[in-house]
Amino acid sequence: MIEMKDGHFYGVTIDILNRAAPLMLLAIGMTLVIATKGIDISVGSMIAISGAVVASLIGGKLEYVDGVKTLITLVPMPVAIITALLVTTLLGMWNGLLISKVGIQPIVATLILLVAGRGIAQLITQGQIITVYYKPFQFIGTGYILGLPFSLFVVGLVFGITFYAVRKTALGMFIESIGINAVASRFAGIKVSKYIFSVYAFSGLCAGLAGLIICSNVSSADGNNAGLFIELDAILAVSLGGNSLDGGRFSLVGSLIGALVIQSITTTIYALGVPPEITLVVKSIVVIIICLLQSAKFRKIVFSKWAQKRGIPSEKNAAKL
Amino acid sequence: MAKWKKVTIALSVGIMMLALAGCSGAKQETTTKPADKKIVLGFSQIGAESEWRTANTESIKASAQAAGIELKFSDAQQKQENQIKAIRSFIQQKVDVIAFSPVVETGWDAVLQEAKAAKIPVILTDRSIKMSSGNAEDYYVTFMGSDFVEEGRRAGKWLVDFMKKDNEAVNIVELQGTVGSAPAIDRKAGFEEILKQHANYKVIKSQTGDFTRAKGKEVMESFLKSAKADGQKIDVLYAHNDDMAIGAIQAIEEAGLKPGKDIIIVSIDGVKGAFEAMIAGKLNATIECSPLLGDQLMTATKDLVAGKTLDKRIVTKEGVFPAEVASKELPNRKY
Repeated sequence: MIEMKDGHFYGVTIDILNRAAPLMLLAIGMTLVIATKGIDISVGSMIAISGAVVASLIGGKLEYVDGVKTLITLVPMPVAIITALLVTTLLGMWNGLLISKVGIQPIVATLILLVAGRGIAQLITQGQIITVYYKPFQFIGTGYILGLPFSLFVVGLVFGITFYAVRKTALGMFIESIGINAVASRFAGIKVSKYIFSVYAFSGLCAGLAGLIICSNVSSADGNNAGLFIELDAILAVSLGGNSLDGGRFSLVGSLIGALVIQSITTTIYALGVPPEITLVVKSIVVIIICLLQSAKFRKIVFSKWAQKRGIPSEKNAAKL
Repeated sequence: MAKWKKVTIALSVGIMMLALAGCSGAKQETTTKPADKKIVLGFSQIGAESEWRTANTESIKASAQAAGIELKFSDAQQKQENQIKAIRSFIQQKVDVIAFSPVVETGWDAVLQEAKAAKIPVILTDRSIKMSSGNAEDYYVTFMGSDFVEEGRRAGKWLVDFMKKDNEAVNIVELQGTVGSAPAIDRKAGFEEILKQHANYKVIKSQTGDFTRAKGKEVMESFLKSAKADGQKIDVLYAHNDDMAIGAIQAIEEAGLKPGKDIIIVSIDGVKGAFEAMIAGKLNATIECSPLLGDQLMTATKDLVAGKTLDKRIVTKEGVFPAEVASKELPNRKY
C-alpha cells in the first residue's frame, strides 16, 4: 500500500499516521491527566484557539496589487508558533489552577474552557475562516522529512520526552500514586497539587501542538470546526489503549495505539465507501466491539462457556479445584 | 471558615438579586412600546461555518442597520438545540418577525408551533424544513434563498457542456455537505437529475465532508487512494461547497496530480477562495449561491409588519462562474 512519490512515502498507511498525529498528541497529554484521575475536555477548544492565534498572527491577507499577489505577514512564523503554544499552555495552567488550588472537579473546570474556548477562538478570528497563504507554515502539517510526514516527528519528539520523564524518573510513579490515592500521596510527601497543575498545563501544550498541525494541514483556521468533538476521540483513544478512567496505572503506548485505531476506523470507512448516513453507526459498532473484547468480564462470560464446551476448565472452575 | 462561607453565599445571592432586578427593569422598558417603535427581527444564524456564511451574516447585519430594523442576532454554532433555544427566546421577547437558517431539515415541529401560537411570523432563509406531520408551509410565511436543486442541476449542466464527452466513461467523486442538511440533499438530487440523461457519467464515490476544508481534504485523500486500489480513474470532483473543494485541491496536489487539469473540479457557492483557486487554474467552475439576501430579508420583514402577504418562495439572483471569468469577477466579490 505504500509507495514513493515526490521523494516521500505515499499511501493509506501514511495518511492514517499523518491524520492521527493530532489525536496522538492529545492522547499523550490526556493519558497523564487521566492517570491522575482527572479529565480534560477542553482540548478541542484549545486546538481552535491555537489555530486561531497562529493564523491571525502570521496574517491571512493576500492582496492583489495590479494583479500581483502580495502577502502580508504580521509577525515572523516562529514567534507566531511560540505565542500559540504559550497561549494554550497558559490555558492549561488555568485548568490546572482551578483543579489543584481551587478544588473544582476536573470535568467541571475544563468544561468552562470547552464552552468559552470556542468563543475565544471566534473572537480571535472574528468568526471567519482565516486562510494562511504563507508557504513555510504549511510544512508543519503537510511537510515530509526522510519521506515521512513532519507531524509524526512532532509526535515522536513529544512522546520520547514524555516517555523518558515518566518512565526514567519518578514522575510516572508520582502521577500513578496521585491517581490511586491523592490523600495518601500527599501524606507520603508528594506535592500533589504541583503535579496535577503540571499535567493540565502539559495537556494544554499538547493541544496547542495538535492545533498547529490541524491548522497547517489545511492552511486555514476555523474557529468553529477545528477540533470539534476531538476531546471525545482523545478520551476514547486513552481508554481504548487500556487505561482506566479511574486513574492510576497508565500506558502511553496504549494510548497511541488507541489513537491509531480510531483514525484507522475513520479512514477505512471512507475507503470502503460506507454511505455517509451510517458512518457514525459503523464507527460506534467497531468501538463497542473493541471495548467488549477488552473487558475481562465479557471475555470470561463469552469465552469461558466456549472453553467449557471444549472441556477446558475456566479460571473460576480452576479456582474451585 | 463556616462563617466566611455564609458571608460569601449571602454576598453572591445579593449580587444575583441585584443583577436580576436590573434585568427585569430593562425588560419593562422594552415592553412599554414607544409610539414609533423599531421593528424587531430575531435572526438565528447557523454559525460561522464558511466564508459564505460569514458574508450572509454581514449582509443581514448591514441591511438591518440600513433599514432601521432592530436585529437580535444569535449564533447557533451549528447546533440545532441552540437554534431552538434562540427561537424560543425570540418568542419570549415578543419580536415582530423571526427569521432563521435551519441547520438541518427536520425537528422543528414543536418550536414552530410555539411561534405560530404566539402569532409571530417565521421566515426561513437559504435552507428549507420538513415537518414530521402536517404541511411545513403552514408554519412559515416565506422561504427566502437559493434553489439548491437548481444549483445541483447547473453544476451538472456545466460539467456535461465542459467535458463534451458522449460515450467515454466519466468517473465522478462527490463531496457531500453535512448529512441531512437541505443543501446536501438538494445539490445531490439536482446533480443526479442531469447525470441521469447521460449514462456515461457515473458517481463512483460519495462521502460527506461536512462542508469544511479539513474534512474535504481528508475524504479526498482517501478517495484518491481507494480509487487507485480499485483501478479506477477519477475524472471529476463535484463538491457541495467551495471550502470542501479547496481542501480537496490540497489533497489532489499532495497526490502529485494537477487539480483543474487531471481532475476537473466544480463546486458551489462562489466564495472568494474559489475565485482565487480558479485564477490559479486549480478549480474549473463555481456555481454561485448568493448569501447577500439581507436587503430582501429586511424588505420582507417590513412588508410583514405592514400586513402584506408574501410569496411563499423568494429566490435570490445567482449565476455560474467558469474559470475564464474568474480574474475579472474577483474584485466584485463580497464574500
